[in-house]
Amino acid sequence: MADPHKVNEMKRQAAEVRKTLLTMIHAAQSGHPGGSLSAADIMTALYFSELNLRPKEPGWDGRDRFVLSKGHVCPVLYACLGLRGFFDEKELLTLRREGSMLQGHPDMKRCPGVDISTGSLGQGLSVAVGMALRAKRDGLAYRVFALLGDGECNEGQVWEAAEAASKYGLDNLVILVDNNGLQNDDTCDVVMPTRDLEQKFTAFGCESRTIDGHDMEQILRALDEVRGDRSGKPHCIVLQTVKGKGVSFMENVVSWHGMAPDDRQFAQAVREVEVSAG
Amino acid sequence: MNEGRAIATRDAYGDEILRLGHENPNLYVVDCDIGKSCKTVEFARQLPGQHVNVGIAEQNACGLAAGLATCGKIPFVTTYAVFGSMRMSEQIRQEVCYPGLNVKIACSHGGLTPANDGASHQGIEDMGILRTIPGMTVVMGCDYWSTRKLVRAAAQYQGPVYLRFTRDPVPCIYGEQEEFALGKAKVLREGRDAAIIANGDVMILALRAADELAREGIQARVLDMHTLKPLDVEAVQRAIRDTHAIVTVEDHNIQNGLGSAVSEVVAEEGGARVIRIGIRDQFGESAPYERLLQKNGITVEHIAAACRQLMDTV
Repeated sequence: MADPHKVNEMKRQAAEVRKTLLTMIHAAQSGHPGGSLSAADIMTALYFSELNLRPKEPGWDGRDRFVLSKGHVCPVLYACLGLRGFFDEKELLTLRREGSMLQGHPDMKRCPGVDISTGSLGQGLSVAVGMALRAKRDGLAYRVFALLGDGECNEGQVWEAAEAASKYGLDNLVILVDNNGLQNDDTCDVVMPTRDLEQKFTAFGCESRTIDGHDMEQILRALDEVRGDRSGKPHCIVLQTVKGKGVSFMENVVSWHGMAPDDRQFAQAVREVEVSAG
Repeated sequence: MNEGRAIATRDAYGDEILRLGHENPNLYVVDCDIGKSCKTVEFARQLPGQHVNVGIAEQNACGLAAGLATCGKIPFVTTYAVFGSMRMSEQIRQEVCYPGLNVKIACSHGGLTPANDGASHQGIEDMGILRTIPGMTVVMGCDYWSTRKLVRAAAQYQGPVYLRFTRDPVPCIYGEQEEFALGKAKVLREGRDAAIIANGDVMILALRAADELAREGIQARVLDMHTLKPLDVEAVQRAIRDTHAIVTVEDHNIQNGLGSAVSEVVAEEGGARVIRIGIRDQFGESAPYERLLQKNGITVEHIAAACRQLMDTV
């Protein structure tokens, strides 16, 4: 059992993250709310509880690494980084603006706290494998977390990377899959069925499990369990999620993959997120 | 001209990377199951802690190398030119050049040198593809010692570099004492009647052509443009000013390779004509290397004739 106080604290924080990312996308009138919202709970648990970070020293070599392989949902990453103090929160409203550190997809050269530039799907897990392998080779204690989309798992490179993680026994690597069931054009079942992602990652040599990706208690418990497990296998946590989670009219609606809310929709979205926070 | 013994430049890579690996524990080789062909077997045997073999998975090799580079390692992803430039092209763009990471792409089997393997293994578009990616440095040594020195220079340079080697032996041109800097062409022959700008395995043909022309009293300048990008623009400008007649020679498609890069400078500067000698925008086939060169007009006779032709018209 995760500490109930902690669970409640993270739930409140997740609502803050949701509100922040919606505000950013609304201000930019551009961005990807659906996948940002489905990933908001795991991202909150990582950035406000699990990851070992120094916001004022983003390049600290001992830090845990995070790879947002599904780079288009960077509003949720930027919200976490901003709220954790990696940069001035005022920057959050510059999303996708010319000259902003908050590019449409994450740019490690511009944005403090971004460990690798991403945005082209299927590539992040390979980078995470390199980071984790280096920790193993150099005897360092940091861990590496990579967040992938379910649609992203269409890309063959994901499986090349999983194979390599397994070959090199990277139990310091945690693969997180945001299994929200929707991709750009339609549902995953229509576009390209993912089948059983837990089984697939298991077949590629990972220690895999599936949890409710919106149940903070389950998220914190799963992160607890993989933290100390150095069984020689990379970890995979498949998060069963809802695209657009927390905003009723966005939930499970394909078109909210990459569309910004107008003023009226934004006001309603924020109200709903605030109510859910209690 | 006394030509030295012939050694494949992939052997130069194997020898130099091994030495560099012993000198610097942060230097890694990332292999893609063709370490034997790319001459990294000794590196793997002697330095297993700095070696990774991802199998036949080039895209993953590139991303993994980028991950290592974010942590201060200097990975050399090692494969063939076709795979290093095309199978992992977008990974190079997204995860290496865009973030400006210190990853080197080291490729054997450049151009037509894997002659018997046929078109699938002859990387004739690679340098052009890499040249269009912002932030990339593109290099091909022409012989054993220049390749060793350029591999070392690439390791010392902070940023992405694409290195291309020959599968087959090429004659030694330089001695061990010769020094090389990335982006700085070498003048192998002085001359003011024409300029032959070449790189890689066909450098030797340029030198032989210059020798043939010299017997006729024509002094052709010969430049080793080992770094395609950043191009030594000043060396090209001097060639324009001094000769007005430039012949480029490359074991690469004439589109977007050395001939194109030199022509871009000439088009903007004016003052010279250019004849490009290279692969005539066609695929190769299984055949002896010399035959493949002949089919594309990459011969000593053709290079010399091109120089004479330009001298008559400028």
